[in-house]
Order: sequence, then C-alpha cells, then structure tokens
Amino acid sequence: MAHCYINGVGCVSTQDTSDYKIFLETQHELTENIVRVHKPNYRDFIKPAMIRRMANGVKNGVVASAIALKEANIKMPEAIITGTGMGCTIDSGKFLKNIIDNKEQFLTPTAFIQSTHNTVGGQIALGLQCKAYNVTYVHKATSFEASLVDALLMINDNETNILVGGVDEIGDYSVRLHQLIGLVKNQETLSNGLLQSNSKGVVYGEGAQFFALENQKKETTYAELIDVEIYDNIDESEIHNKLLQFLKTNGLAIADVDLVVLGNNGDVKFDFIYNNLQDNLLKSTQQIYYKHLSGEYHTASSFGLWIAAQICKIQEIPKFLKLNNKEVATIKNVLLYNQYLGENHSFTLLRSC
Amino acid sequence: MSKGVAVTGMGIISSIGNNVEENYQSLISKKQGISKIKKIQTIHKNVIKVGEINYTNEALIELLKLSDSNNYSRTAMLGEIAAKEAVKNANITDINKYKTGLISATSVGGMDMTERYFYSQFEETKNRKYIASHDAGDSSKKIAKSLGITDFVSTISTACSSSANAIMLGARLIRAGKIDRVIVGGSDCLSKFTINGFKTLMILSETDCKPFDANRTGLNLGEAAAFLVLESDEVVKKENKKVLAYVSGYANANDAYHQTASSENGEGATLAMQKALKVAKINPKAIDYVNAHGTATPNNDQSESRALINVFGTKVPDFSSTKAYTGHTLAAAAAIEAVYAILAIQHKVIFPNLNFETPIAETALVPKTEVTKKEIQHVLSNSFGFGGNCSTLIFSKA
Repeated sequence: MAHCYINGVGCVSTQDTSDYKIFLETQHELTENIVRVHKPNYRDFIKPAMIRRMANGVKNGVVASAIALKEANIKMPEAIITGTGMGCTIDSGKFLKNIIDNKEQFLTPTAFIQSTHNTVGGQIALGLQCKAYNVTYVHKATSFEASLVDALLMINDNETNILVGGVDEIGDYSVRLHQLIGLVKNQETLSNGLLQSNSKGVVYGEGAQFFALENQKKETTYAELIDVEIYDNIDESEIHNKLLQFLKTNGLAIADVDLVVLGNNGDVKFDFIYNNLQDNLLKSTQQIYYKHLSGEYHTASSFGLWIAAQICKIQEIPKFLKLNNKEVATIKNVLLYNQYLGENHSFTLLRSC
Repeated sequence: MSKGVAVTGMGIISSIGNNVEENYQSLISKKQGISKIKKIQTIHKNVIKVGEINYTNEALIELLKLSDSNNYSRTAMLGEIAAKEAVKNANITDINKYKTGLISATSVGGMDMTERYFYSQFEETKNRKYIASHDAGDSSKKIAKSLGITDFVSTISTACSSSANAIMLGARLIRAGKIDRVIVGGSDCLSKFTINGFKTLMILSETDCKPFDANRTGLNLGEAAAFLVLESDEVVKKENKKVLAYVSGYANANDAYHQTASSENGEGATLAMQKALKVAKINPKAIDYVNAHGTATPNNDQSESRALINVFGTKVPDFSSTKAYTGHTLAAAAAIEAVYAILAIQHKVIFPNLNFETPIAETALVPKTEVTKKEIQHVLSNSFGFGGNCSTLIFSKA
C-alpha cells in the first residue's frame, strides 16, 4: 500500500482562514443563519476579467486550490478531483430564472456555460493548463469523501500527487427553496450558540477547501490520510458497528483513536446521531466539532478535514472546538465522522506524522 | 492475467427502446428516435428535434409503482428502470450477498421538476417535495434504495462524459479490491434548462443531426439512462456468472482549452484514448470498432477526427457515432454507448452512423454507414464534455 500525505491545504471559509494562526485569533461562532465566505483577495489569484465572470464557488475553488498547491510546491497535479453537493448553483439559478422570466427567449449562454457541476474542476485545469485526470463528485454530503476515495485509489495506483477539494456556494434561489422546506434555521434560535439552538435546520454556509496529496512525506506534511469510507443510507443503529468495522479494517480499536472530529450542525432532528456516539462509543475519546464556525453545506466536512490536518500538525486542540474535555498527550489517530440529514455518512481516518 | 473487469449485466432506456433488446433491434434496423418535442412544456415544442422517450412521467410512475407522494425527477425514474434491468440481467437475486455499490452520473438531476415549479412552489406547498430531489445525488440515492444498496453510493457529474467516469471508477474500485460488485451508469432526462442552454450556444441542429458530415449543423439532445453491472473475478467464479464483456481500458484527461469548446487538435481526446489503450495493454491496431462521441457539432467532430488520426494515424478503425439514433443524452451518453459497444461485441456487428453523406474535407474520415458484420475483440468508446473532460473506455470480448 502506498502512503498518502496531506502536504498542502487551502481554505476559503466563513472565517478568515487565509492562515491558521489568523484563524485561531479571529474565529467566531456564527450567529446568522445564512453565512457567506470571508472573501479572500481574489486579485492575488485570478485575472480581473475572470473575477467578474466567475461565480463565487468557482473563485473560491480556484483560490483554495492555488494555495494548497503552492504550499506543497506542486506546479502540475496528476489529478484534479472536486466534490460539490449543489454544484454551480448561482449560475444555474441565474440561467433558470432567465428561462422562466423571459419565457425561453432572448437568452445568452454565459450563465449556462458556467452552470455545469464540473466548472470548478474545469476552471482549475484551465488555469493550470493541467491535462490530467479531472473528475467531479456530486453526491450530497459525501461529495468530498468520494473525492478522497478516488484520490486514495489514484495514489495506490502509483500517481504521485493529487489535488482534491470540496466546494459549495450559496445561491439565492436555492437557499430560498431550502428555507421553504425548513432546512435553514431561524436566526433567532442562534443567540445561545449552535448546539443550544434547539431548532430544526442548519446554519447555511459555503466554502472551498482544497488539499494537495502526495505519496511522499515532506517538510510541509500535515498528516497521513489513511482511509475513507462512505455509507449512503444505513440505519442509525448500524453506525456504531460500521464505525468499529472501519477502525478494525485499519487495525485500530476505539481506544486507539486520540481525537474524533464530529459534524454536529445543531439540527435538533438529526444531531442525536452524533450525540449517541458521543455519549456511548466515543465517551472516552476527545471530541471536537466545527460547523459552528463553518456553517453547514454538502462539503462542509472538507472544512473539518482542514481543521483536523492543522491539529495533527500543531498537536494542539483549540478550546473553541471542544465538545468534551478528554485530554490526550499525543494526537496520533484522528477519526472524522460526518452525516447530513441522517444520511450520507462518512468516516475519514488521519494519522499524524 | 485478468482481461479486465467483468460486465455481467446491462440495462437501458432511450428514445430507440425501453430495454436492451429494443435498443438492439432499432440499431440494426436503422430506426432512429429523433422527432420534434412532444412532451416537454416549452415554446420549442413541435419545433426542436430531440430524442424523447415515449413514456410520460405518469406512465413511468405506474411502471415503477411509485406512490402518489413520490418526489422522483424523470432522471431518477429513467435511471431506476435501466438499473433494475441491469441487475435482473445479471441474475442478481440477493444484492447484499456481496459488497455492492452504485455509481451513477447525471447533469440534469432534478432540474426538470425545479423548472416546472420555479415560482409556484413558493405559493403552493404540494410541489415543494421536489426541492429535496433537485440535487444531482438524489436520483442515485433513489436508484440505490430501490435496489437495496446501502453503502457505497456516489454520483459523478462531468457534463457529457459523466457516465464514462462512473464506469471507470467502478472498474477501479473492483480492481483495487475495494468492492465486489458495482452498478455503474448514468441518467439524464430532457429539460427546458438543457434545451435552452444548448440553443443559446447555437449548437442545436434544426434537422436530424449528421455526425462527422462536412455539412453538420449541430446536435440533437436526447434523454436516456443505462447501467452496467460490474463484478469481480471472484464473484464471477463463485456464482458461475456469464460475462458479457470486459471493461479492459479506461482513461480521463482534460483538454484544458476552453470551458465549452474542444481544442482544434483534440489534445484532451488524444490523451484519453492513448491512456486507455495503455491501461488495456493493447496496440491501437487491436481496436476493431470505435464508438465515437460524434455529437455532430462542428467543433466536436472536427476535434475528435483530429484526435482519432493522432492516435490511429492513417489506419483509423471502423467507427461510427450512434448519436443520430438517440440524440446526445449528456451524462447518460457514455453509459448507453457502453451498452452499444457490448452489443457490438456480442452480435459481431458495427452500428451505422446515420445521416452521413460527405466527409469533413480536412480529415476525410468516413464512418460506417451501414450495418456491418464483423468479428469484434475490442471496442473503444469516447465521451467528451464541458470543462474539458475527455474520457475513453475500452470494452473487450469475454
């Protein structure tokens, strides 16, 4: 088996994540129910004409990927793999509105051209002139994890470096629809914090996180990506066993897990799935969460991986992430578990180097 | 040595047939499925030519025995029909006897319902059920549930090459021993969104499309779904499975030229074909038939012709595009053409490239225009899409 190391990371999120140190100093729990990204300086990464043309998600993806590649000193990746749950929802919403409002007449192609789900991956390739493997996964809350599964297959198939990321953007039309069916929290319920909101729905966020993966360890290495597994529609009662089975496949027992990164999003209908693990199987394990900082979106778990990678490297768990107080001397094995709406479960295993 | 990853079942629904047999009969009798829009409520009804599947949504709901409260998009319904045929064809009775996954592909997803209820769902509650089935992953989820697949389910969307990448990932997961069996393919229904989108790009043909013809004016859109069942050698051996064909080669490259147009010299397509041949460990001359992407847009066919010459030199194998039968079925295209590639191997026949008259002057390539009997060992199938995505699959005789 080849090894797969996270050697570069790039993060555009609702926080200032241009640098982990800045993030530690400036992070704040989100208090609004719909939260857009803290805008990076796009002009440092994208030509002005393109900045105007690109939708937010595309811009954020291009920026996050450029930062990750630069950190790992990779000029040309051997694969670009992107996960996005909703795709280019701004441009598809825009084109759709034009169709309906103008009764299918006087349409221009610009928004349609940028509306395909693979626009982010395509634009990254175009910018880098990268002719390599390029795929986009669009499967709800496991869009990013499927990308990681693919990346691990590639590394095991002798590729040396892979660019992989998760990106989702807030589109006005789709967020209004999601509000209609109760997927977005009422802002008033957030005054005491996400996990105390005791309300249905989530804080609707967006972001782009990219990772430069390589088969070699180097100075910039954050952690080793060991394994990823996804489960689409398993019963809540099976999660316990699936988690143990996942660890066992990787030669681990629950006591070997030093830190678990959970995807709690404050949705009163579904957080019990996390709570059951927290109170039982994982009760002796150090637990953290992150969606009070990132908001929820289909690829928010890539923000979780960004956090986990940073913790592996620095070996310190910031207080504002903690769900309990089980101190550990060394953080070696880190397990991430995520689900959204009680479906699309994923386990990701990282190891400090 | 393994010949590749075994295909043990297939299923399809397209404008030329509701199952594999009907598709085959249409292909060998040159019966195309292109006609003016009949079902979609659009100003282009009775004007623009498309490959529309005969069933109405109501008929599909009845066929699948869905409840009145279902929130299926047409994409999901078409996908479920094709995936069920594939599983039945593979004689699978207990889906969870082996570790089984599903990888589907779509570009339209639930857009057909979103565009229908764009404003009305704000006023009326009854159609809000479709909000949750808009995203691309929803159709795969429904198909997986209907088949009893619970674990590895994913969706790929790389525009018009999507299902080639789904088949590729499935084959790679089996080769890596990560999974024993995987249902792979794609589904896309027609929608106002795509019809108007392609129209604004001015690449829709007003007549029946003419792939690889010098006077081609664009593509016809179509709707379809197709799925293959891929199984590991161990499962094939244990269950004494009949192997229909092998997925022996696959590759994906990016043209990195333009968001929607292919490069003139077909660089991405060339790379994809060359890499796939390398994975299959065969020489270009071993390819007996190429099922081309051949959308009949001026840009694609010129670029693909150049790429074919780049890969095969003066000896371009017998080739055809079947898009004039079905229309361009977007994310489903590679999956339905995978079924056609396997049918070509099984029945020893090349399906004709309809409506072709005059070769493109610069490349002078002439596709097969008649049903041609021929022993076929290896078929190469191309699919290209927006975002520069170029994918090639190679299917080999069992």
